[in-house]
Amino acid sequence: MLNYTIRRLILAVPTLLFIALTIFLLLELAPGDPVAHMPLTIPPEVRELMRKALGLGEPVHIRFWKWLVQFFWVEPQVFIDWLTTKSAIAGILPDTQFYVSCAGGDLATCDARILSWQFRSPVMDIVLQRLPQTLWVVGTAYLVAIVIAIPVGVYSAYRQYSWFDNAGTFITMVGFSVPPFFSGVLVIVIFSVQLGWFPSIYDTTHRVTDWDSFVFQLRQMVMPVMVLALQITSQISRFMRASMLDNLNQDYVRTARAKGMTEPTVVLVHVLRNSMIPVVTVIALGIPSIFGGAIITEQVFKVNGIGEMLIKAIEANDIPTVQTLTFIFAVLIVVFNLIADLLYGILDPRIRYD
Amino acid sequence: MTVRRTLFGAAALLALAPMAFAAGERGRDGEVRIIYWQAPSILNPFLSGGTKDVEAASMIIEPLARYDENGNLVPWLVEEIPTVANGGVSADLRQITWKIKPGIVWSDGTPFTSADVKFTWEYCSHPEGGCAQLTKFEGVTSVETPDDLTVIVNFDKPMPNPYGPFVGGESPIIQKAQFENCVGARAPECTDANFAPIGTGPFKVVEFRPNDVIRMVANENYREEGKPAFATVLFKGGGDATAAGRAVMETGEFDYAWNLQLAPDVIAEMEKGGKGKPIAGFGPLVERIMLNNTNPDPSLPPELRSVSIIENYEQKNPHPFLRDPAVYKAMSMAIDRPLLVEIGYGQAGKVTCNWVPAPEIYNSHTFDATCGVQDIAGANKLLDDAGIVDTDGDGIREKNGVPLKILYQTSTNAVRQDFQALIKQWWSEIGIETELRNINASVFFGGDPGSPDTFQKFYADVQMYANTFNGTDPQAYLANGLCDKAPRPETQWQGENISRFCMKEYDELWKKLSETADIEERAAIARQLNDMAVENGMMIPLVHRGRLSAHSNTLGGVKLNVWDSELWNVADWYRIK
Repeated sequence: MLNYTIRRLILAVPTLLFIALTIFLLLELAPGDPVAHMPLTIPPEVRELMRKALGLGEPVHIRFWKWLVQFFWVEPQVFIDWLTTKSAIAGILPDTQFYVSCAGGDLATCDARILSWQFRSPVMDIVLQRLPQTLWVVGTAYLVAIVIAIPVGVYSAYRQYSWFDNAGTFITMVGFSVPPFFSGVLVIVIFSVQLGWFPSIYDTTHRVTDWDSFVFQLRQMVMPVMVLALQITSQISRFMRASMLDNLNQDYVRTARAKGMTEPTVVLVHVLRNSMIPVVTVIALGIPSIFGGAIITEQVFKVNGIGEMLIKAIEANDIPTVQTLTFIFAVLIVVFNLIADLLYGILDPRIRYD
Repeated sequence: MTVRRTLFGAAALLALAPMAFAAGERGRDGEVRIIYWQAPSILNPFLSGGTKDVEAASMIIEPLARYDENGNLVPWLVEEIPTVANGGVSADLRQITWKIKPGIVWSDGTPFTSADVKFTWEYCSHPEGGCAQLTKFEGVTSVETPDDLTVIVNFDKPMPNPYGPFVGGESPIIQKAQFENCVGARAPECTDANFAPIGTGPFKVVEFRPNDVIRMVANENYREEGKPAFATVLFKGGGDATAAGRAVMETGEFDYAWNLQLAPDVIAEMEKGGKGKPIAGFGPLVERIMLNNTNPDPSLPPELRSVSIIENYEQKNPHPFLRDPAVYKAMSMAIDRPLLVEIGYGQAGKVTCNWVPAPEIYNSHTFDATCGVQDIAGANKLLDDAGIVDTDGDGIREKNGVPLKILYQTSTNAVRQDFQALIKQWWSEIGIETELRNINASVFFGGDPGSPDTFQKFYADVQMYANTFNGTDPQAYLANGLCDKAPRPETQWQGENISRFCMKEYDELWKKLSETADIEERAAIARQLNDMAVENGMMIPLVHRGRLSAHSNTLGGVKLNVWDSELWNVADWYRIK
């Protein structure tokens, strides 16, 4: 198992490098100009100077190399410094000073971080600033969806073609097919405009300090979580149902019943455990999407998390931000693919990688 | 009786006095919530040309003088507007002297001096800084600071309009102490300064989350007693114009929503929510159809297609039929402008046949009588009389054997596509066949010299978009009609003369404008230039577009300003109780 993991991790390095290069070249070849969104009143000469100031004057391969150095060498330094000086977990370690800031220092020897063209500030700082919103909203939706989807899937399969199963099928089909830009606006019109129960605009600066602020946090999360959870529930409950149906007709289930086991033990212990194997994989593979955020839902409710950051960066042709974000997503997907494969081996003793 | 009444009056006054005082206290009205559906990315307007960033920053940093809601210059951090009459502008128009109001301090308590103003010029004019507002400082050779409260700006040539540097929301003053180490290539390293500039304005930044939200508090060192009325600001960004309008007019979650580019019926529906109302203001923004004066024939080689070749003010590569006055005048007559305004812009649009419809003194009235009337019959007659008739019976007129077939392009946008469909129909009624095309806005306006689809390349017969100018002086904008400003391969397709208009008289008259100082005379010349450009087939103006914003019914003091930042008078905003 350990050997396998190490082998997979080593293989991931060329894969990720190739992904990074592909993303960079795609962005490079795509038409677009970071100063295009600026007002027409700014003349072309000034635009050219602005492009130069963004570093666009240099050749492609140099810019790619710079980005690689910044991502794999400079940013980890900043992270380690932060870990040893500010964070609670590793704060006991001696303080480190790997990163040499350029502010006030010598431009030749200092470490340049990945700077966004929109904000002119380090991309990673903004990512960390945006992560909490995304994790709160998308993460909660994911949890809510799992908690709802598994029992629904189990019961739908156990009572196949009952009214519950049919109703479940209907709702999951709706959840699958209605896009969030419709369902999101629909719930805003119903619950914000008509009933006035929940705010239609998410307040990202809100801090939970006491009971009232916690209630407010819940109120502002209800609608985006509802919209997202509907989609995710639809997917997972379908998987759960299908997997349960596969197992319910197996010989071992008949054996268990013949041994005189109670129905709850048969379904919830024997069948459920075996049916969970593919579902756990699906859930694990879905986790990178929590970090990736929900582009449309975040836009509709103004949650302004990672998804919103990505789409705005694409619109503004902010290549360093797009490149960094998509690459982080790529890393997460590779890592969670590995985790899903390992989980598979743990859950099913028949699968061995060595 | 009188004594008693007097005493009673005095007592009443005494009772009211503390109330009046309380009503005038700084920060008395709690929080004001502003939503911009385009979120600010940075609060340093010199590093970003975006309107959203300039306007958000205008609550914090201020210029020496700015424009009010009528487009008049008002002194802001200075005692008066320098003019030739009061001696502030030298007689040769090469020098302007600003006198700073004494006693102004930055929000950190340090004094605001002429050194900060001089530093702002040095900051923006640094060649490696990539300053977005560089044009504001065009022609400045030096900035002198004889004492702490005097700023003298010297220009390399006579400037009839010397109010470029340090005037308006796009040219605010930044603090020298804060930005001293951020000049040139170092500008992006100063994230803290770029995200929270120290200013002289009514508010200061507490927290800035790029592309998301800004929290501000009242500046306790603000120069005016009792202002701002609001103690805190929540400045939210993101989403779309519909959601922003809804948050102000329907749910009442926000007090002010910026630039609601929405269909008129959507605005009307939101207004029924009863929590707020839309307000419109008109700058010089004009939606127009540009006429290609050169030949865009796809069969031509790249060095000829849509390329302006001028010899002695004469176009050597002319369009086969769009240079004929009968054609472009008929095309203009066939358009029903009031209908376009109604379906496209509602209260945020007005009919116009001018290139420069504002400020009012520059607005020509030459075409007023015919502009709002559609005249299909007249247009047909005009073409018939000019001998441009349908000779082969296919319903399309020909000029010298060339059929009047037009490729009409614009950016992808619901209103623009509606306009295209209507205009195509009207032009078909006068025997002109139109092919429609729309291009993604970021490509169309992207200026990529390698792309065939930019508005500068103009690989079409006509194209529609909107343009405007900053401030109140149209001189630089009118320069967009000069022969040598045409985009060409030699200029990497850069240049502002999109229609490749070229006319000797126009160039000469513009030169005269650039040498004239008297405002009345300048206005007369500008109107003449406007008429000349429209009359001679540079463009077909369609709609004078306004800015539509919305504010809550409980927010007082809002004066929509299109000549400067919309938030220019945020210090005067208050809560209506």
